[in-house]
Amino acid sequence: MSARLLDRVSDKLIDALVAVIGRVRPEWVKKNAYRVKEWKLMLYALNRSPIGLAGLVLAMGFVVIGIIGPYIAPHSYDFSYIAATGEYQKYFLAPPGTGGAILGTDDLGRDLLSQLLYGARISLMSVILVLPVGIAIGVILGLIAGYFGGLVDELIMRITDVFLAFPGLILALALSAALTSRIAYVIAHNQWLASFLCAVFALKPSDVLNIAPNLAIIIALWIVWWPGYARLVRGMTLQQKSNVFVMAAESLGMSSFQIMVKHILPNIIGPLLVFMTLDVGNVILVQAGLSFLMGAQIKIPDWGAIVQHGSQYLVNGAWWLVIFPGLAIMLAVLGWNLFGDALRDILDPRTRRSIEFR
Amino acid sequence: MGLRPIIEVKDLRVYFYTYAGVVKAVDGISFEIYEGETFCFVGETGCGKSITSRALTKLIEPPGRIVGGKILYYRDGKPIDILSLSEEEIRKIRGKEIAYIFQDPAAALDPLYTIGHHIGETMIDHGTVSKWKEALARAVQLLREVAIPAPEQRVKSYPHELSGGMKQRAVISIGLSNQPRLLIADEPTSYLDVSVQAQILDLLRELKKKKGLTLLLITHDMGVVAEMCDRVAVLYAGHIVEIGPVDRIFTNPLHPYTQALLRAVPNPLKRVLRLEPIQGTVPNLVNPPPGCRFHPRCPYAKSICREERPRMVEVEKGHKVACWIYAAR
Amino acid sequence: MAVRVLVRVEDLKKYYPVGGIFFSSKYVKAVDGISFEIYEGETLGLVGESGCGKTTTAKLILRLETPTSGRVLFDGMDVFKLKGKKLKDFRRLTGIVFQDPYTSLDPRMTVFDIIMEPIRVHKIEVGDPEQFVLKLLYDVGLNESHLYRYPHEFSGGQRQRIAIARVLALRPKFVVLDEPTSALDVSVQAQILNLLKDLQKKYGLTYLFISHNLAVVRYMSDRIAVMYLGKIVELGPSEEIFENPLHPYTRALISMIPVPDPFQARKRKKIVLPGEPPSPIDPPPGCRFHPRCPYAKSICREREPPLVEYSRGHYVACWLYS
Repeated sequence: MSARLLDRVSDKLIDALVAVIGRVRPEWVKKNAYRVKEWKLMLYALNRSPIGLAGLVLAMGFVVIGIIGPYIAPHSYDFSYIAATGEYQKYFLAPPGTGGAILGTDDLGRDLLSQLLYGARISLMSVILVLPVGIAIGVILGLIAGYFGGLVDELIMRITDVFLAFPGLILALALSAALTSRIAYVIAHNQWLASFLCAVFALKPSDVLNIAPNLAIIIALWIVWWPGYARLVRGMTLQQKSNVFVMAAESLGMSSFQIMVKHILPNIIGPLLVFMTLDVGNVILVQAGLSFLMGAQIKIPDWGAIVQHGSQYLVNGAWWLVIFPGLAIMLAVLGWNLFGDALRDILDPRTRRSIEFR
Repeated sequence: MGLRPIIEVKDLRVYFYTYAGVVKAVDGISFEIYEGETFCFVGETGCGKSITSRALTKLIEPPGRIVGGKILYYRDGKPIDILSLSEEEIRKIRGKEIAYIFQDPAAALDPLYTIGHHIGETMIDHGTVSKWKEALARAVQLLREVAIPAPEQRVKSYPHELSGGMKQRAVISIGLSNQPRLLIADEPTSYLDVSVQAQILDLLRELKKKKGLTLLLITHDMGVVAEMCDRVAVLYAGHIVEIGPVDRIFTNPLHPYTQALLRAVPNPLKRVLRLEPIQGTVPNLVNPPPGCRFHPRCPYAKSICREERPRMVEVEKGHKVACWIYAAR
Repeated sequence: MAVRVLVRVEDLKKYYPVGGIFFSSKYVKAVDGISFEIYEGETLGLVGESGCGKTTTAKLILRLETPTSGRVLFDGMDVFKLKGKKLKDFRRLTGIVFQDPYTSLDPRMTVFDIIMEPIRVHKIEVGDPEQFVLKLLYDVGLNESHLYRYPHEFSGGQRQRIAIARVLALRPKFVVLDEPTSALDVSVQAQILNLLKDLQKKYGLTYLFISHNLAVVRYMSDRIAVMYLGKIVELGPSEEIFENPLHPYTRALISMIPVPDPFQARKRKKIVLPGEPPSPIDPPPGCRFHPRCPYAKSICREREPPLVEYSRGHYVACWLYS
C-alpha cells in the first residue's frame, strides 16, 4: 500500500528532526523516545487519510506559494501587457492563453497569474499578522478567566461578549474609512515601517501607501478575532481544572501562573491547534471578503479586490477575472479545512489509533 | 430450589477485535445456573464476568463477538439455543424472561423521561400490558414493592429528582416489571453507600424469595458473595477457575487464586495484621500466558501449568476447580 | 505511639452557598464544626458515607479550600494565616494522594517529570535528578523502565504508586490519603495498602486515611473518626471502635458491611438503617442522625449532643452516653 511508502518517508523526516535536536540537546532524545514514537504514529494516521493529505498539500501549497509567489511570478503585479506591447485590443480583457498571459489579463492588461501570485503573499501575510495576535490575547484572557473564575471570569467574559457583538464587517469598513489616511501618514513618515511593509507584502516602494486599507482590515480583525479564542480557551480551562492533577499541583504549592502554563496549557494545546488550523481558512476567507467589499479602495493585488475589480467585467464575458481568484481562495481555505479536520483525528490519541487499523 | 437448570453454558468464547489485537476476553467458559438459586460471578476487572453475563442474551456489541460455545436457556424444561435465535426472538426474551440491572443507575435512566415512563415503556414493549393507564398503575405497584416511599408521586418523578439508592430501586423495578425468571445484576451496589448497599441487597433477597426468581449476581466484593450467594464461580482472565457452593468456596478454597483473593481481602470483623497481596498483575488478554492463565502469579506453578490449560475437575460434590494440583495429567 | 500533636483541628466549618454567586440564603453545610487531633506518626482514619464531609475536611486541612470558620494548626502554626516562605514550607511538609489514579497525573508529563515537579517547584537540590527519582521509584515498587513513560501506559495500581512517589519526593511529615485504593482491584489494593504501611514506618509519616470502606480503614488506622453529615459522631482507637462501637450510626455501619465469611454473614444481625444519608443542605435539628436512629429519644430531636469522652481516648456524640 502506498501508505506504507509514505510511512517510511515520514519516519525519515522525523528521524532527521530528532537527529538535529540530538545534536543540540542529546538528553532530550532519551527522555522523549515515547513522544517521538507518538509523532510517527500521528504521521502514519495522516498517511492513511487521503483527504488529510490532500488538505496538507493544499495548505502547504498556499504557504509555499505565499512565500515564493512574488519571486516566481512571470511579471510584476503592475506590469501591463498593454503598456508593454501597445496591443490594446489583444490584451484588453484577454482570455486565458492569450500571448504570454496563461490566466488572461484584466482591463488594464495586467497579467492575472502574476496578480494571483502576489496576492498569495498578501493573503499569507494577513493570516500571519492577524492570527497570532488574536490567539495571544484570546488565550491569555481565556486562561485567566477559566482558572480564576468568580468575578474575574465574569468581567472578562462580559468584555468578550461586547467584542463578540461587534459586526466585523462594519467595523472593518468603518475603521478603513477612519484610519486609512492616518495609517498612510504613519507609513509615509516612518521609513523603517515602510521598508518592512514593502518587504513582507512584496510591494513596490511607490505603492506602499496603498497597503493602508489592508492594514485597517488587519486591525479590525485583531479586534474581532480574539473573543472566539477567549471563550474557547476558557471552556477548555474549566474542563482541565476539574482534573485532579490540577489540585495535586496546588497541593505542591505551585503558583497559579505555573499551573496555568505547565499543566493547563499543554493539555489544551491539542484541540487549540486544531481550532487554529481551521481558523486559518477563516482568516483567508474573511480577509478576502472584506477586501472584496472595499475593493474600490484597494489598489494592490489582494485576491478579494481582484474579484471585485473583475466582477465589473463579467458582463464583458471576462469570467477568468472572477473564477481564478475565487478558485485560489477556495483551494486555500479548503486545504486548511481538510487538514484541520485530519489534524483533529490525529491529535486525539483515541481516534488516532482507530485510523491506523482500518 | 430445584436442581433444574435455567441456564447452561458450554465453552463460551467472546473475543474483541481491537486496534491492539484480538482480546480473548472470555475464552472457554462452562457453567450452569439452577432455577431459584443466587449464582455469583466473582472476579477482578478484566476477568470477563460482565461480558459473560451480557453474552447470555447476545448483548455483545462490536468490536466484540461471540465466536464459539453454546448457551442454552431452559423454558418449561426445554432448552433453547440462544446463539441460534434471531435478533427479534432474542429481544423477546431480553427484558422479559431475562432482565438486567447494571452498575450505574444514573446511566441506566434517560433523564428526559419519568420513572413511570421507563417502567411502562418496557411493559408495553413486551406486551405485559396493552395500555399506558394500566402500565402506570402497575408501575406504582412495582415502586411500592421496591420500597420507594410515596410511589404515586414518585412515578411522575424524573431521574435527577431521585437519590442514588432510589434510582437503583427504580432500576430494579424496571427489571422486575415483566416478571422475569432470571435477573442479572451486574455490580448493582458498587456506586452506592454502605447503608444503601445493605438496603438494596436485602431488597434483592426479599424480592427473589417472593417472586421465585433466579438471581445472577456479578461482583468483585467477596463480602457480597458471602452474604448473598448460594453458588459461586470465580473468574480470572477470561476463565472460570473454581465453581462451587458458597460455604465450600470460603472454607475450602481450592484454586490458588481463590485462596489468594480471600487472603487479600480485609475482614472488618477481624483484626488483620497483614494483608497478603497477590504478586504481579492481571495478564494482557491479547497475549495471555499459555497454559493456565494464572501461572505467572501462582506460588505453586509447575511446568505443566505453563504448557496446558487445566481441565475442570470435581473435587467434592458440586465443587469444581481448574487447576493441575487437582487434575491428574 | 507518639504523643506529639501534629495537626489540630478546632471547630472547623465549611459552608457552600447554594444558588447564585450573589444571593443565597441556603448553604450546604459540608463540615459543621469538627475538632480533633492527629498525633505524629499515627494513622487517623476518617470514615463516613457520601456527603459526610470527609473529603472537604481533608481539603481544608491542606488548605486546598478556605474555611467558613475555625482553625487548623499544623505543628502549632495556623494554616490559614501562613504566607510566603512559611506557606511554601507547609506545602513541602504535606502531601495528598487522590482517589482517582486516572486523572491525578498530568497525562502530558513523563513519570520523571511528575516526580521531579515538586522538587522543581520548591527549588530543592537533589544532586543527580535521575538517581533521585529512581530511588523513589524503587521505594514504591517500580523501576527504571518506567522512568520516561506516560501515565496512560500504566495500570491503576501503578499510577497510584507514581502518585505516592510524587508525594514522597519532598519528604513530607503529613500525608492525606483520600480513598487511595477505592478505584483499584482487591489484589492491587492489598499491595498499595501494604506499601503505604511500609513507607510510613520507613519515613516516619503521619497519615490521615479517608475511606468509606470500614474494613480497609480498620486495617490501616490506629485511631478512627466517624463522620456523619458534617459532624464527628465517634472518635477512638480503631480496635475499640470495632470491638465496642458506641454510636448507633457506627454500630449500624459496622453491621452493614458485607463480610467475606458466609457463616458470620448468616449469624450476625444486621442493623439496616432506613432512608438515605440526607443532604447536608438542611440537616435535621438536634442530633443529625435522629431520623434514622433506632434509639432516638425526644432530646435527640431538640438538642445536638456534644462530643464527650466516654472512656480513655474514646469519644462519642450521642445522648445515650451523656
